[in-house]
Amino acid sequence: MSIRRDPLDPYDRQLVREGQPSPAGPRRSYLPDVPDESLLGQEVRRFEHGSRVPGFRDATDLTKDPSGVPDPAQVPVPAELRAEIEDYMSRYPDHRSAAIPALAAAQRLHGWCSPEAIEQVACVMRLTPGYLTAVVGFYDMLEATPVGRKTVYVCTNISCSLRGGDELLASLKGELGDDPDVNIRGFECLGACDIAPMASIDGTYVGPVAADEIPVLADQIRTGSDPLPAKQLVRRRVADAAANSDDVVRASTDTGTLGPVALGPDRPQDTVPAQTEGPSA
Amino acid sequence: MSNHLLFENIDEPGLNTLDVYRARGGYAMAEQALAMARDSIITALKDSGLRGRGGAGFPTGLKASFIPQGKMDKYLVCNADESEPGTFKDRELIQKNPHSLIEGMIIAAYAVGANKSFIFIRGEYQQQAEILEAAIAEAKEAGLLGPNVLGRGVELDMWVHRGAGAYICGEETGLLDALEGRRGNPRLKPPFPANQGLYQGPTLLNNVETLTAITYILKVGAEAYSAMGVEKSSGTKLISVSGNVKRPGNYEIELGMTGRDIIYGLAGGIEDDREVLLWFPGGSSSPVLTKDDLDTPYDYDSLAGAGTMLGSGAIIVADDRNSVVDIAVKTASFYKHESCGKCTPCREGTSWTTKLLKRIQSGEATPMDLDVIDSVCDQIQGNCLCVLGDAMAMPVSSMVRKFRPQFEAHIESARIANEQRLLAELDEQEPVLQGIGAL
Ligand SMILES: Cc1cc2nc3c(=O)[nH]c(=O)nc-3n(C[C@H](O)[C@H](O)[C@H](O)COP(=O)(O)O)c2cc1C
Ligand code: SF4
Ligand code: FES
Repeated sequence: MSIRRDPLDPYDRQLVREGQPSPAGPRRSYLPDVPDESLLGQEVRRFEHGSRVPGFRDATDLTKDPSGVPDPAQVPVPAELRAEIEDYMSRYPDHRSAAIPALAAAQRLHGWCSPEAIEQVACVMRLTPGYLTAVVGFYDMLEATPVGRKTVYVCTNISCSLRGGDELLASLKGELGDDPDVNIRGFECLGACDIAPMASIDGTYVGPVAADEIPVLADQIRTGSDPLPAKQLVRRRVADAAANSDDVVRASTDTGTLGPVALGPDRPQDTVPAQTEGPSA
Repeated sequence: MSNHLLFENIDEPGLNTLDVYRARGGYAMAEQALAMARDSIITALKDSGLRGRGGAGFPTGLKASFIPQGKMDKYLVCNADESEPGTFKDRELIQKNPHSLIEGMIIAAYAVGANKSFIFIRGEYQQQAEILEAAIAEAKEAGLLGPNVLGRGVELDMWVHRGAGAYICGEETGLLDALEGRRGNPRLKPPFPANQGLYQGPTLLNNVETLTAITYILKVGAEAYSAMGVEKSSGTKLISVSGNVKRPGNYEIELGMTGRDIIYGLAGGIEDDREVLLWFPGGSSSPVLTKDDLDTPYDYDSLAGAGTMLGSGAIIVADDRNSVVDIAVKTASFYKHESCGKCTPCREGTSWTTKLLKRIQSGEATPMDLDVIDSVCDQIQGNCLCVLGDAMAMPVSSMVRKFRPQFEAHIESARIANEQRLLAELDEQEPVLQGIGAL
């Protein structure tokens, strides 16, 4: 090994190898955080300009005119969606208040807040798509990218992680991760820490999910059947055993002792708690 | 039992329907209130000593008295966003006894003269929102809501507004913006919502539990209610106990019970009979307490005296198998995710605190980083538009202060573990020299 200098420019020097180069071994990492092998294969989402976060260049196409309120004659809106949004708008003194429910309705129809969905909402509400896109960006439950239709939120906040919420998310993802129909994600506290670790399957809260129930739950999610009926939150009694006096069955600390909740007068309450059923049972 | 008001027979089958609620004397208080003078209801609220159950603990009667008098569009908004980690009491009330909330709202709306009301419920509570919507539809049909409430010529309209998943929409002004159809960024206060709230009109904004309690205050009388609990923290409170306890769930207690009675009595103690490492007395936003503080009475002022707060009444207990570092990382990441980004100290502070804590977790930090965290948290407090920034700074800095030896021990052990892992890796590899020495 020697240093070769350019005679005309002594500062321009070059290190020259002599003899056989030593075989290259694996690269050493001096960073303590050696990346997980499985993560290395994962593709990082890149936006147009190479960054990992969308920049304003993605949001605006400078060659286009700013999009105004869509022309009702040019945007076909499904009649049902229009009726639903107009119903929401009629509830508020200022119709713009209906933005979130309207976007949620469009998302139910389209699967996500696609440009088309946003345009339809904008058309009915007489707002610009830009305004609605900004609203979509703020809220966790409004999806700005295409996702599966079945929504599974697994809570990974403090109380749940103390009881295995992170593990539940990892194993459910392992079971369902490759299913394009399922949108599974970790979520902040879902307000059901008493049934930790828990998950919300299309709005139905279930928990505590034991490790051996995870394959069953995954199957129920895939087939769209009622998730873990015995462990649904709506069937759970209040933990405060002293709250219920004698005319009601004493609260037990077990789950699954309540009948399904009847939603309003037109849907009769078809089941009462098992203990209160008369001798006919 | 006598000290149960809100939760009394809450599991009665069908209580979410009007018939069952009426059968147990429901809506009698609304009828009685509509026959009273508006001032006397507010006076009763003041006398009862009821303090806001949503987190801030502001006296409810006083708040209601700030609403200007006179004929104008006034609004009543119920905060059912309930996103504070560890809190799930409003969920139980809405799901099982929605009519008592509606009754409380009728009374509150009449007291301040509001004729439009909204219940802002978090979008994740889909089943609860459906139950509530069904209950409101029933009440409208029965003439309990609408242009002529109970035939007394009072108008009250009520709608459920579902959110879409943002913790910051629980903050009152953020909630109002979300309700107006915008991004839920909090507003500068003053003006407070009581003067300029929803659509710039005077707005009374209260938590679900606060509004439900109003019904029961009229039922038992302000004096009897204020006799419950302790001085300055009167009445009963719903508490949500979660974490490593044997019987997690909602309990109704009289304020002033000790933390030990709650955790070891009601909640049955710690799983596998471990020791308490730390507990959050009022949701993840409250500074943590340790097992030495278990005998603190659970009421607003005693907890404030212990350097923490009652907050939303959510007790999260972590046992000694957990690492305080992991809990701090979870806490900080939540606030980082939920910060709305309007103010720099909160947006950057939560993000950097999380990064620093993650560095501690992975063993790349030095003990100096703990001082940096402390100073970042110090600078967030009091410098933001809303208290979300403080809500991260307070618990995180309390953990760093109270558990500094544990943090330092973790930094050291994680560093050594990293070093040894690296050395072991190097031993396995063929010696490779790089740079000039390689040749
Ligand atoms: C970041 C933040 C989040 C909040 N989240 C909630 C919430 O989820 N539910 C709630 O009732 N109050 C919440 N609050 C408190 C409200 O701002 C407000 O104080 C409360 O709803 C007032 O009602 P009260 O007087 O009945 O307590 C939150 C406050 C802050 C700063
Ligand atoms: S403190 Fe945080 S959450 Fe609150 S307004 Fe400022 S940036 Fe938004
Ligand atoms: S922490 Fe998981 S539901 Fe609250």
